[in-house]
Amino acid sequence: MSVVTVQLGQCGNQVGQQLCDVMWSDAQHAEGKTYSSVSCERFFRRTSQGDFEARAVLIDMEPKVIKHSMNKAEKCGRWRYGETSHFSQKQGSGNNWANGYSVHGPRHRDALEELVRREVEHCDMLAGFLPVMSVAGGTGSGVGTFVTQCLRDAYPSSFVLNHLTWPYGTGEVIVQNYNSVLTLAHLYQLSDAILVHENDTVHRICSQLLKIKQISFNDINRVIAHQLGGVLQPTLTPDSCGTYSRHPVGIDWQVRPPPASAGRTGSLAAGSFNTSLANLLILRGKDVYSAETGAFEDSAIYTSWLPPEEAFSLWKSPVPFNKYEKSATLVSNSQALLRPLDDMVRKAWNMFASRAYIHQYDKFGISEEDFLDSFTSLEQVIASYSQL
Amino acid sequence: MTQSVIVQVGQCGNQVGCRFWDLALREHAHVNKKGQYDEALSSFFRNCTSGALLTYLHPQAVLIDMEEGVVNGILQGALREVFDSAQFLTDVSGSGNNWAVGNLTYGSAYKELIVDKLRKAAEHCDCLQCFFLIHSMGGGTGSGLGTRVLSLLEEEFPDVCRIVTAMYPSAEDDVITSPYNSVLAMRELTEHADCVLPVENQSLVNIVNKISLMSHGTKPGSVLRKDSAVTSGQGSLSPTEKPFDAMNNIVANLLLNITSSARFEGSLNMDLNEIAMNLVPFPRLHYLVPSLTPLYTLADVNIPTRRLDQMFSDAFSKDHQLIQADPKHSLYLACALMVRGNVQVSDLRFASPTPTDPKMTSTFLLSNNTPIQQSFMTLRSFNIFLLLSFQAHLHHYLHVDGMDQSIFSESLSSLNALIDEYHHLDATKARLLPDAPRLSIAR
Repeated sequence: MSVVTVQLGQCGNQVGQQLCDVMWSDAQHAEGKTYSSVSCERFFRRTSQGDFEARAVLIDMEPKVIKHSMNKAEKCGRWRYGETSHFSQKQGSGNNWANGYSVHGPRHRDALEELVRREVEHCDMLAGFLPVMSVAGGTGSGVGTFVTQCLRDAYPSSFVLNHLTWPYGTGEVIVQNYNSVLTLAHLYQLSDAILVHENDTVHRICSQLLKIKQISFNDINRVIAHQLGGVLQPTLTPDSCGTYSRHPVGIDWQVRPPPASAGRTGSLAAGSFNTSLANLLILRGKDVYSAETGAFEDSAIYTSWLPPEEAFSLWKSPVPFNKYEKSATLVSNSQALLRPLDDMVRKAWNMFASRAYIHQYDKFGISEEDFLDSFTSLEQVIASYSQL
Repeated sequence: MTQSVIVQVGQCGNQVGCRFWDLALREHAHVNKKGQYDEALSSFFRNCTSGALLTYLHPQAVLIDMEEGVVNGILQGALREVFDSAQFLTDVSGSGNNWAVGNLTYGSAYKELIVDKLRKAAEHCDCLQCFFLIHSMGGGTGSGLGTRVLSLLEEEFPDVCRIVTAMYPSAEDDVITSPYNSVLAMRELTEHADCVLPVENQSLVNIVNKISLMSHGTKPGSVLRKDSAVTSGQGSLSPTEKPFDAMNNIVANLLLNITSSARFEGSLNMDLNEIAMNLVPFPRLHYLVPSLTPLYTLADVNIPTRRLDQMFSDAFSKDHQLIQADPKHSLYLACALMVRGNVQVSDLRFASPTPTDPKMTSTFLLSNNTPIQQSFMTLRSFNIFLLLSFQAHLHHYLHVDGMDQSIFSESLSSLNALIDEYHHLDATKARLLPDAPRLSIAR
């Protein structure tokens, strides 16, 4: 089953290119032939000349980054992007979500849908889509949200798994919190699952764990790609009966909270563990079958209305990932993002209180009402997670 | 890659403009060793050859002046082959330092011709992103006709960003009506520009003096590296520098920096329309104080290489600003720091000093902060003083067809309102505002 990656905006295209690279290296150097071919099939396709092309489309409103990513892939000589698998314009979105969502998106809707459709046609069996984008800028966030909506409409039975990069808290873009709030509120209704990486957290990994002295965006993106690879590469799931799971991310989070969650007022500072709704642990490499994972089923880390057996999933692959003898990846649907999300909403709300920059969005059709709707939506999410 | 067009109006506008083109050509020559027309060049230059090698680079510019002195100088000077005569619009008699003559008389007379030249310049652009307007505030042509051009740009090209570099007169300006011209022009800038980069002659003079002191300093070993100062013409062809050259070079450097992200690649690119988006929280508060560091690079190797954190503090100090507005105790509405050179994103996060090669790194700061109101208040007070004492000068303006007293009072009101808006924001910074109460959700 194949996944089509949709790389959106500067960040999306830079992360996407690193991700394809990681998938490629891992697939080519893997010890298992089945693993290798499943992984290749998932993210790449072979041309008639025998070259490997990524199942990806590159979208940006200005051409520099796409050109750079395509060249980088071409230079490595092992895989590349399809020559016509990209769409760009001359002028960017100016860090303005409204410009991306209400102007660029609709204006180029046909071209964008055509681009995706062509890539989908190359898939024997389409599992779903992986839009990769940031939330702080204008194109990734705005056009990214619009494209996600189009994917949802055009392919209702395929999954849409959005990968989002959250900006540094100290800010790369002044209006980043507005762009983030608008993106998240909309994606919440559209996406099947949202995987988040925060620049601050990844930066800490680079400096404290990897001991990199001068951290560049390249380093950050490599870590993100590596972690994503750990999630998306083939695994054996409990119900896949000894073959690699056909669904790369068959996360079945059809969770519904109990009808009346009265009396449980969650607090952000409670306990030593963030309460989880669900956890997915993926083990790769040596000794996966004998690993002791009981601690992950401790009911203390899960919300009271979910039995741990239903909330915890364990996937395994005896094939080492990226030449690591043993590696583990944890994907968690928990309160871990509650504090960063709350911070983001708080900062955006404070800025909105003075109506600063609102005129920049209004001129492209996003009004105060739209902002208020987005804020309401996210406060709801925060409330729901707080009550776990 | 997007394109920009520079529109230079008046004596000052054209002198600064030409310094910009000179420096831009040198900068591109330094980077583009093969002499091939590339994307970086295309943002400001049009290629006029059929082959791959460029033999004719045309700046995307429109040059307007109502007297011929400066323009003739350009046509005889080093840049004479670079401009096309169709890009020029001139007259002979000048505006007599009178905003009304520039804006109303010449504005009406030349309206069609101006629009025509602007359209032709825009047509050559694949994707026009921005108009840069350069003019002074104190005179007649730059100030009056310049602001008329600004409103024409808004009418004809509403979707194209308008960034104005405006030279404000100092207190001892030799043009006695300069405060009038400045206030009249201010209103136009507030209403029709997307961003304004105000530059004050006095600040430029201070910076030039500072550099001069450094280069002639008695400290042993403290020699300036050749051509490293922001005032240097980088070996310009004229053997003797004209009086305003050093000051104009600073402004030209400012423009080079602000456009560098659009012209060259970087790890975190900042587009020109992103400047307007991020730095302008409220439509009228679009005055951005520019600041440059370093001003010069020392050639002496014994002096320790300048540290990044030192450069950042310098950028925020008033000695490096191009306008006299003390940033201490001010409220920053927004600021953008652009760093060129051998710097990583991580260097910008930590306070720890990262030694860096000073010749490779420069910082450019744009601040939207409240002290700018001080400059406006000075302008206002001087103007009121003039109105009361020198009523005689008023009639030069009122004689002009289309001009009347109400335009003066409206301009003053506009300036007052602007100062009030900044003042109002300033007042809030004194108290630490608590977080705004959040929306509460029914559970």
